[in-house]
Amino acid sequence: MTTNKGNSIPVITVIMAIIVIWYAGAVQLNSPQIIDRYVKKNVDWSFTQLAMDSWSMKRAVLPAPHQVAIELKKTIIDKSVTSKRSLVYHAAITLSSTLLGFVLGTSLGIVLSIGIVYVVTLDRSLMPWIITSQTIPILALAPMVIVVFGAMGISGLLPKALISMYLCFFPVTVGMVKGLRSPSPMLVDLMATYHASQWQVFLRLRLPSAVPFLFASLKVAIALSLVGAIVAELPTGGQAGLGSRLLSGSYYGQTNLIWAALIVAAVMSASLVSIIGYLERYVIQRLAGGQADPQVTS
Amino acid sequence: MTEINTLNSVVQVAGLSLDFVTKDGIVSALSEVDLTIESGEFVSFIGPSGCGKTTLMRVLADLETPTAGRVQVNGMTPSQARQQRAYGYVFQAPALLPWRTVQDNVTLPLEIMGKSKAEQQALSHEYLQLVNLDGFENKFPWQLSGGMQQRVSIARALSVEPQLLFMDEPFGALDEITRDHLNDQLLRLWQATKKTVVFVTHSIPEAVFLSSRIVVMSPRPGRIIDVIDCNFPLDRTLDIRETPEFLAIAQRVRQGLQAGHSYDD
Repeated sequence: MTTNKGNSIPVITVIMAIIVIWYAGAVQLNSPQIIDRYVKKNVDWSFTQLAMDSWSMKRAVLPAPHQVAIELKKTIIDKSVTSKRSLVYHAAITLSSTLLGFVLGTSLGIVLSIGIVYVVTLDRSLMPWIITSQTIPILALAPMVIVVFGAMGISGLLPKALISMYLCFFPVTVGMVKGLRSPSPMLVDLMATYHASQWQVFLRLRLPSAVPFLFASLKVAIALSLVGAIVAELPTGGQAGLGSRLLSGSYYGQTNLIWAALIVAAVMSASLVSIIGYLERYVIQRLAGGQADPQVTS
Repeated sequence: MTEINTLNSVVQVAGLSLDFVTKDGIVSALSEVDLTIESGEFVSFIGPSGCGKTTLMRVLADLETPTAGRVQVNGMTPSQARQQRAYGYVFQAPALLPWRTVQDNVTLPLEIMGKSKAEQQALSHEYLQLVNLDGFENKFPWQLSGGMQQRVSIARALSVEPQLLFMDEPFGALDEITRDHLNDQLLRLWQATKKTVVFVTHSIPEAVFLSSRIVVMSPRPGRIIDVIDCNFPLDRTLDIRETPEFLAIAQRVRQGLQAGHSYDD
């Protein structure tokens, strides 16, 4: 990255602008309550006073950035990791079901794509169901899954991971179907002239051709998997995980908590996607000797 | 028209027809084609686009199934010949796998055939040397020029050591200078290896320079309209293209192409 220096200025400018807008928004959204209070107590107030008070409200409609930062410090650095009030503890629980769901979803997605590419009946019969499955709102489905599994005595990691899986198998299936079908007819003919078996064609031609498609899908899948995990934690009713923190924050009007959990979720999601990105670059480098985008020579 | 003798003939085709079924109806790609190719010949199929020259070669390679007629390759059906890896096939484009090095591209068919690592090494080394690409074993295809990539694909086709080589406009996408150079190399290669080569082209000078026999084809329906013997000395160089004998044969090919091609429609 030789252009890092040139890129940092716009990025910093955007972040500064967001912070300024955030502070202004906090005044705008919190001031009605504070002005009410001023009127009741019948005190004189200035705009500076109003701003100061709206940036330090305990249960603000929109907490100011520094309040969220303090909440983050309190729940990440000050609390021990094993404490139920530590965001690290909750993030780890969400992460574990995100990763399990991601592995399950990716495996399911790859298996389905192979079936669809190799079995004509599956191509015709399965794809409509797969697309339909994604039109069901996950918010409607998640509580049912949790409840049904709970009734069978299964709770915790597995039902949550299944919801993540449900969300993230889809992009993997779609991407891998496209990837496995990406070799040009010429390359397929080439393998035919060698009298290569189906398995040899799969291993030596179709699978390597699908790798760039797979990684594009995995980036979408891991982010969806995290969304699935958080949504799955909402109906568990404030037990553990970032989702339950979001829920209990909204129960008790602790907006600081909601924002802190949201920021942790966003950072986690961005990190997971960029880890996949690094993995992609490493694998493609190994595959094609440093060529950024190995297009099939044809 | 054709005497079927199974002694020396590498390719025998009798009464071959092939119809494609398309949305607009049936298209006759090949009609009543008879052809015999003897061992060690260099036979070019030449004709305008759509005359079925590539389709004819694809039938020989069992990549296309004929509608009617008899086809034998090495005394077998094309399907048996393919299963025994009796031929090498060079496509219009290099068709190299971008995630494999030059060497690994050449060993691809050998891997599929289940040859030992040592054999793979030896054969890929031998044939990369033959196409003057020693030293490029560990390069990736994108690091090579178009002409070099096509030479890799020729080495790959030769590495299975077939007696019969199918080449489908292998130099069509290359610039003229590279093409001349590769024509010269291919001629030497043919003389050195004594293989039977079936070559598809739409370049008249290329066909006349390389071939021992030229099969002129015409479209709608695809059929053979002329077969021209063309026996220039084995040690010919590109300079031969200026000689009257060369120009006379080129002229005959051109006349054949014009006769078979109706520009009215």
